[in-house]
Amino acid sequence: MGKSFSQGLAVSENTIVRKERILPLKGEVKVKKGDKVSAEDIVAVTMLPGKVVPINLANKLGVTADLVTRFIKVQEGDKIKQGQILAQTNGFLGMFKSTVRSPTEGEVQNISRHTGQILLNEPRIPVEVRAFIDGYVVEVIPEQGVVIENKSSYIQGIFGIGGEINAEIDVIAEAADEVVTADKINDNHKGKIIVTGEMLHYDAIMKAKKVGVSGIITGGIHDQDLKKLLGYDIGVAITGHEEVGLTIVVTEGFGPIKMANKTFNLLKSFQGKKVSMHGFTQIRAGVIRPEIIKPIDFKEDELIDQEAELPMIEVGKVIRVIRQPNFGKIGKVVGMPEELTKVESETLVRVLEAELETGEKVLIPRANVEIISD
Amino acid sequence: MANEQLRRIVATDCGSTTTKAILIEFVDGEYRQTVRGEAPTTVEAPLNDVTKGVINSVQELEELAQLKYNNKNIKFIENEQIIIPRNGDIGVDAYVSTSSAGGGLQMMVTGVVARMTGESAERAALGAGAIVMDLIASNDQRANYEKIERIRHLRPDMILMAGGVDGGTTKHVAELAELVAAADPKPRLGSSYKLPVIYAGNKDAQDIIKETLADKSDLIITENIRPTLEVENLGPARDKIHDLFMEHVMQQAPGYNKLMQWTRGPLNGKLQSIPIMPTPAAVGNIMQTIARNEGIEVLGVDIGGATTDVFSVFKDKDVKEGEPPKYIFNRTVSANLGMSYSISNVLASAGLDNILRWVPLDIDESELRNMIKNKMIRPTTIPQKLEELVLEQAIAKEALRLAFVQHKEFAVTLKGTQKQREISEAFSQTTSGETIVDMMSLDLLVGSGGVASHAPRRHQTVLMLIDAFLPEGITRLGVDSIFMMPHLGVLAEISEKAATEVFDKDCMIYLGTCVAPVGPFKSKGPALTAEIELSNGEKFTEEIPFGEMRLIPCGIGETAKAKLRPGRGLDLGAGKNQEIETTLWGGVVGIVLDTRGRNPFVLPPDHAERRKLLKKWMSELKVYPEPILK
Repeated sequence: MGKSFSQGLAVSENTIVRKERILPLKGEVKVKKGDKVSAEDIVAVTMLPGKVVPINLANKLGVTADLVTRFIKVQEGDKIKQGQILAQTNGFLGMFKSTVRSPTEGEVQNISRHTGQILLNEPRIPVEVRAFIDGYVVEVIPEQGVVIENKSSYIQGIFGIGGEINAEIDVIAEAADEVVTADKINDNHKGKIIVTGEMLHYDAIMKAKKVGVSGIITGGIHDQDLKKLLGYDIGVAITGHEEVGLTIVVTEGFGPIKMANKTFNLLKSFQGKKVSMHGFTQIRAGVIRPEIIKPIDFKEDELIDQEAELPMIEVGKVIRVIRQPNFGKIGKVVGMPEELTKVESETLVRVLEAELETGEKVLIPRANVEIISD
Repeated sequence: MANEQLRRIVATDCGSTTTKAILIEFVDGEYRQTVRGEAPTTVEAPLNDVTKGVINSVQELEELAQLKYNNKNIKFIENEQIIIPRNGDIGVDAYVSTSSAGGGLQMMVTGVVARMTGESAERAALGAGAIVMDLIASNDQRANYEKIERIRHLRPDMILMAGGVDGGTTKHVAELAELVAAADPKPRLGSSYKLPVIYAGNKDAQDIIKETLADKSDLIITENIRPTLEVENLGPARDKIHDLFMEHVMQQAPGYNKLMQWTRGPLNGKLQSIPIMPTPAAVGNIMQTIARNEGIEVLGVDIGGATTDVFSVFKDKDVKEGEPPKYIFNRTVSANLGMSYSISNVLASAGLDNILRWVPLDIDESELRNMIKNKMIRPTTIPQKLEELVLEQAIAKEALRLAFVQHKEFAVTLKGTQKQREISEAFSQTTSGETIVDMMSLDLLVGSGGVASHAPRRHQTVLMLIDAFLPEGITRLGVDSIFMMPHLGVLAEISEKAATEVFDKDCMIYLGTCVAPVGPFKSKGPALTAEIELSNGEKFTEEIPFGEMRLIPCGIGETAKAKLRPGRGLDLGAGKNQEIETTLWGGVVGIVLDTRGRNPFVLPPDHAERRKLLKKWMSELKVYPEPILK
């Protein structure tokens, strides 16, 4: 077998990007197929149900559950105001009435004769979904959202924190292996996405946060610094909802790892341009990786569906080593031996032979490389 | 004699990371597992179709089978589909599959009293192979609005509602139904169908439940899980969960509609559809079969990338002598303890010190943290450097230990599919159920899952199992050779014979036996005196001081006669200071004599002293190559 399947991160100068922009619940789509939208445009809106407020009327009135309906003053579906009477007993000769008032504005959802409970819904909460990327609406999913497509330069990160942002890129590292220090970050970077090289330490991250940087793109980050920044250890790899004031996209991994040249050079070409970026990462059950998307000029008819397939490792493909030793190094596949090979840990694995950029030839488990795809 | 219709079978397990395919063939009068292939699972974007990964893994099987038999005519796939039935070299007689891809089966359960009906519902769901996302109970201390928010937020695949004994009050269970209805929960996968809700509570509340939930959910009503306080009846609810898993959840997962058409095999003389089984349910089947067939108590663990499942089958100690034994099965799943996706959570849960206590090397904290996170974000990588293997196995010990703690806490009293208890006992278990996990009476400890099955040396698996579970007295150890218990668990549905034969010959690898005296060691003499005679007549006499490990070579299939005398105050299973004469089983590793202590087992807090001891034990057990232990 001269081939095998591989996972890989996309780094591409020119690709079709499709983004589904879906409401959390059914609602109203605000655009139509063929519309040209920009990243900030609202494409769909909905109203999330308000908080449910349960009140045990039977207990409050001091009656059994089946008697509640006798004293109820509202009906299921009624709109109610705060302080409005929900139920009231007749009392004795019109006196000593027990009264239950609504603690909230909202709607009556359910009145139960089995439990004597009334469920009120607080007012609905509006939710808007924005386009996130400039592009064309290529599909409308009725009542749910849209699919937006564009042609972009596109970089997938390996890990990130923080949500969606749209901001201008400022490459402050001079080389892909530079460790950018705090003194290089200043007020000019406010509202921008800064590109650092190999690594960014905690003090530099804090400086970026202080001056109001919107986002950071870095090759590596120390897990200890991340823990300090978040105030907790990330257990399960589901991120993107952190509220630390900025979005961080890590392109290579944890520890000092030089940013891949291709990624760094592409980011340099984005200098001064607006990009869409997010840190959402989910490794399990529905892989989501952080993305950096810079739209490029295109005509609508250039957009076409792509046939998805798993990248294949083959002789001649450019790969990146994603585990020690040689972690982060780039090489070219020069051999795909068929037989199982015993590596230093004594694990028997399928390996490939790669020639690293230094000219050194090494055997690497096939599972420990990723294809640098276009 | 084999079923003539069943000579070549393909079985797959669609895991969260990889799809593993095995080929089982009837060769020379018996069923054997012959080749194995794997490929990345493809339930996620961009492929969104589980069958692609299945085809890729079966394609590898096909190529390997062609190589093995030097026969290019062997073919399993045509037009991107598995060929059934077989015609000579073309096709297979049956194709079966398990699945835990896409996060497996995720459920929420409800009960009136958390420790009674709630726990019964949890047991039913876990036994059916689900991950229980939350247990909502009338008495769980949360306010009703918090419960509603939680139900709304969870988006499970299905809900199992229990609560109340038959004939009891209906109020609480009605209230829970109202909360579920108010939350109007949506299923995790697919928005076009209603969330399945199984009601298995007080039968007198069935009409109220229908009134409250029939319009808002896909309501299924089944027998009460706890018809009376002292009877637990899990079977009907478990069956409904399995039906719904196939009908609803699998239908929604990408590509499963197609896969469900593929899983077919001869049953009762006809080619029939064979349901896809949740992976843990299949492993649970196998564990129970081993226990019943051998008449032993079994503890098994399956440590995966995302989750760790612990299974136990213990004998009901209340059964009177002379009566046939009753087996109590328990399964727990630690949803966030695993070796890839969840590896970082092992660090967060166990703490760095607990991981480092198993590492014989001087490791920088920052380096270890980065390594763990890198494994999390690139879960399919494997340790190439020995040092990284040592670290991964140290993390595995902690993942296993924590999963076992959870298991012991859950596996308490009133267990099993149907169990009668005295009313007084039923009341006592509501406050403090004692664990039924008894490490001293345990006969067999089995490891499964990547880190256990694929350890480069089986000795490493032995030490991982011993350190994590701390078996007491005399315990046989085993490992699933290449992780095929799930495949065999579902295969048993069409051929118990094929599953059993492959299990005995190719799946279960006996590692050996662990002998560990229990109790606080106070005297100065030996902690264990062992006279062991191997089947070839070779004799070993050892007086082992406290705090040591010894490995006695005794091969697979071999036994040794042993006279074992615990040190003063210690117990090997027959009571304090009592000598035992027994037969010990060998294995690919051998007999391990472990006098490091049980109840308590304590490692020296001083780093240097501890590392020295770890190296000594690892060297004695031949766990790692000598240079790294120098």
